[in-house]
Amino acid sequence: MDNSEVIIRFKGISFTYHDNQSHRPVLDDLNLQISRGERVGLIGSNGSGKTTLFHLLMGLLRPTAGAIEVFGEERRKEKDFRVVREKIGLLFQDSDDQLFCPTVAEDVAFGPLNLGKSQEEALAITGEVLERLGLDGFEDRLTYKLSGGEKRLISLATVLAMKPEVLILDEPSTGLDEDTVERLTEILRSSDLTYLIASHNSDFLSKTTDIVYRLERGKLARAKVS
Amino acid sequence: MHIDNFATGDSLLHRLDPRVKIVVAVLFSVVVAVADRHSCLAMAVCFSLTLLFLARLSLREVFLRLLVVNAFIVFLWLFLPFTYGGEKLFSIGSLDATREGVIYALLITVKSNTIVLALIALLATSPIVTLGHALNHLYVPDKLIHLLFFTVRYLQVLHLEYDRLRDAMRIRAFKPGTNVHTYKSLAYLIGMLLIKSFDRADRIRKAMLCRGFHGKYYLLSHFELQRVDVIMLVIMMLLVSGMASLQWIILK
Repeated sequence: MDNSEVIIRFKGISFTYHDNQSHRPVLDDLNLQISRGERVGLIGSNGSGKTTLFHLLMGLLRPTAGAIEVFGEERRKEKDFRVVREKIGLLFQDSDDQLFCPTVAEDVAFGPLNLGKSQEEALAITGEVLERLGLDGFEDRLTYKLSGGEKRLISLATVLAMKPEVLILDEPSTGLDEDTVERLTEILRSSDLTYLIASHNSDFLSKTTDIVYRLERGKLARAKVS
Repeated sequence: MHIDNFATGDSLLHRLDPRVKIVVAVLFSVVVAVADRHSCLAMAVCFSLTLLFLARLSLREVFLRLLVVNAFIVFLWLFLPFTYGGEKLFSIGSLDATREGVIYALLITVKSNTIVLALIALLATSPIVTLGHALNHLYVPDKLIHLLFFTVRYLQVLHLEYDRLRDAMRIRAFKPGTNVHTYKSLAYLIGMLLIKSFDRADRIRKAMLCRGFHGKYYLLSHFELQRVDVIMLVIMMLLVSGMASLQWIILK
């Protein structure tokens, strides 16, 4: 694999939320480039647009201006983003949004089944991913009865089960105890995925990423993380 | 939250295949709902009580649930005896209660309690999630089952959200009373819950799209009929058919 291959490219992206009260520009002529194998951190104050940036990448929102290139192709329409969603996994801030099936096994198998895997294959993947995250035996647990940390790790499993090439994590360490953050750190460090993490936890970012950007006033700049 | 609090246990009925239980519960309810012969209803009452005994549930909890059902039935007793035409039984002031009215109210009381008892013994002894899967295997439309699952899943989340909002009000010394401030605050609470659930629905949809959702939703769990399931199905179906024949075939 060519390590310098650029897989995500934001060119002059602007985005404004239109609601009744304000026309608040969140992103303003933003540029970003991520190559295969890169491990990127993203910091920025609350409401600076980190989640917006991720949702633009996944095609959940459309930019007001600019172009988004993913895997070498420009993505504009819903159809273009279907392929993106198959290869990029997004971990949501609130695990209760991500886990919606009654049991853990069904939730983890949901993605693989959507990718056209058979029930047997999906179950095999589910077992394998849960084991890799040290969550074996969770298959029949009810998702709404899990603890906060368990929910976050299972959410990560639902994303990893789709075998993504890129992982996007939105505040993954928020609300977790030290042990779970440690576990998450280990899981990320031992993976060979390209990933992008938004977090307020600079210690966590310095352990898991090679380069950190700060999102401020709609633009990205290199940030120094101690 | 009182979801599933009868579902833990290890009785014969807890272990029975949920599909069997659903089929029997539905047929039994239909027969009892339309029946009016005493012999048939007497048999139905015995059937329900036997099931309750087999399910080995806490009788106190069951009684508390029956109270809820009978709270509605009290209203029937207030109106039916006085509005149903027939032979006069007794009178309160200028209101005459009829024999037929009292019998009718009694019939409804017996029938609803019998059905609820059977439903508690048969259906409440399986977790809702399992019942949903069983319904899926009984060819109930997917959309209805997904509605059931989403409701169960997010009832919990909404309930927690409600608790949080209510606590937030309480720690700022909110005391409900009969005044505009209370009504306004409670209206805000409900409004906030609605908005929050709307936002959450949107986020869940987005999370589903990100995992490649395109309109199809898969269920995993599978059931296997054991010998005991078949035996119980046959016995219970025979009993229900017995009730039906007492009602419709055997002459008085």
